[in-house]
Amino acid sequence: MSYVPIKRPKFSLLDKIYVVELVKGLIITFKHLALSLMGKSRSKKDFNGKGVGACMPFPEQRWDSRLPEYYRGAPTLVRGEDGRERCVSCQLCEFICPARAIKVTPGAVAEGSGLEKQEKAPAEFEIDMLRCIYCGMCQEVCPEQAIFLSKEYLITLTDRKQAIRNKATLYKLGGTRKGLVNKWNQYK
Amino acid sequence: MNTIIQWCDSVLSNEIWFYLLTTVIKLVLIFAVILAFVVLSVWIERRVAGWIQDRPGPNRAGIPLFLLKRFGSKEKQPLKNVLHFFGIPENSWIANLCKWLRLEGEIPTFGLMQPCLDGGKLFLKQELTPSYVRKVYFTIAPMLVLGPPMVAAAVIPFASTVSTCYGEISMCVANLGIGPLWIFAISGLSVYGLSLAGWSSNSKYPFLGGLRASAQLISYEVAMGLSVIPLLMMFGTLNLQDIVQYQADNGWTLLPFWGEGLTLQRWALYAPIAISFIIFVTCVFAEANRTPFDMAECETDLVGGYHTEYSSMKFASFFMGEYAAMVVGSALVVTLFFGGWSIGFGADAALAAWCDWVAVLCQFLMFLIKLVAFIFFFVWVRWTLPRFRWDQVMKLGWLVFLEVAIANIFLAAAIMYFIK
Repeated sequence: MSYVPIKRPKFSLLDKIYVVELVKGLIITFKHLALSLMGKSRSKKDFNGKGVGACMPFPEQRWDSRLPEYYRGAPTLVRGEDGRERCVSCQLCEFICPARAIKVTPGAVAEGSGLEKQEKAPAEFEIDMLRCIYCGMCQEVCPEQAIFLSKEYLITLTDRKQAIRNKATLYKLGGTRKGLVNKWNQYK
Repeated sequence: MNTIIQWCDSVLSNEIWFYLLTTVIKLVLIFAVILAFVVLSVWIERRVAGWIQDRPGPNRAGIPLFLLKRFGSKEKQPLKNVLHFFGIPENSWIANLCKWLRLEGEIPTFGLMQPCLDGGKLFLKQELTPSYVRKVYFTIAPMLVLGPPMVAAAVIPFASTVSTCYGEISMCVANLGIGPLWIFAISGLSVYGLSLAGWSSNSKYPFLGGLRASAQLISYEVAMGLSVIPLLMMFGTLNLQDIVQYQADNGWTLLPFWGEGLTLQRWALYAPIAISFIIFVTCVFAEANRTPFDMAECETDLVGGYHTEYSSMKFASFFMGEYAAMVVGSALVVTLFFGGWSIGFGADAALAAWCDWVAVLCQFLMFLIKLVAFIFFFVWVRWTLPRFRWDQVMKLGWLVFLEVAIANIFLAAAIMYFIK
């Protein structure tokens, strides 16, 4: 036989009459109701709950401090320890982005800045937060360790134009990141 | 001034005018009560659902921004500000009660404004009528759902009789001799609303929903009608006002602790009455299209059921119709099994002997309390039981309830014949 028939449980007559089981169920739900009304719901402490039920009242209380290390929030651009803007505008993130949220306008590196080796730098770098799906592919594909997903998850807008984050904003959000490979060291 | 009083006097002395005026007042009252309870039951539904699932439920709505500014924001202990605003001292019993209710950190409205805001939102939503529907029936259907429960409520007594100098007022819009029959007949009409909605939508899921609704409502109507017959045999009347009066004198149907309720026959009748109660309540669930029996709008297999194509206030009237049916259904259960407006333990007669109007007021409040309790029961069951499968619903209706209800009639008759 290619299939295994599911074994149904045998019900006694009492189970089949259903009234007793119904009452049992009602008692269980009533326990939950009473406990949450008294503010003693189970696993309330785990959720850092307050007041009625086990829930955490969101805008007042937040989960931020417990966000895991691997949390994927809004993507940002980072600077290295030396303060260098790490993006070299290779546009790999733009090509990999499944939602087409990223738009990179390549530009030249300013002469005499000491970064001539990297040849290019983005003139403009835009991420449309309405398109972004927080998949983290940009971070994975980036050969320069320039784009990282932050833990920012509350992105509230009143206008579509506000959703587009430009280069300056992205670098400001990303800040500096330590312990990255310094690939374009001029002494190498 | 005197002429006005005289004119009122002459108008009220006229029997027809007296009857008309009192009926209109009662009509407005019962209408208001039902609509208020529709709103209230939406709130109860959402709050109780929340509590059962360890959530607070809707507790944010209801503080307009200008009030927030006035009382200070949430972090600044709004309760303190609210108490101060009304001039209530902080160690009074009201303040202690609020603290006991855990209102300190929260905005003390209990989310009661939520249903009103939901209603407002539904009014403001886009009214979309698909081009492929049959417009006339599509428009009539929501009315046919909302109307019947309102009409059916007419025979439900909400207090006893009051005697004034112009004549007696029975606190029941229409004191008909066919009370339960009227409710069954009228609530049966709501089938038309559901099946018309399903059919006129001209789309397959609503159509299936309409079919299911009509099949389910008709099947459960049969068992529902048969299940109350033992009760009617005991009461010996179909007039709901008389039924409640009987229960006030002789013990509620399910709590026969005084009057004739203490006789052997009455306690022997308890078994068939308990069976009737279970069948009747289940059928009321099915009639009101409530979970575990909401096959007509079963999202998992029918998208939205018969109201898939509806939007805005038309959808809201389906919603309100469902809740109105629930309110009327619970009112009927309360009337038949829990003594309607009766306060119980002989308190009705004592109060009525003291003052008619006070008695009526207390009875009305008692009726409302019982109604709220039963609506809570409806909600409680909804958030406990999963939905039945369609074939299980039909099987339960036709193969179990119908037979048990018929056997129950014979059982009750035998008990009434042999045990005196």
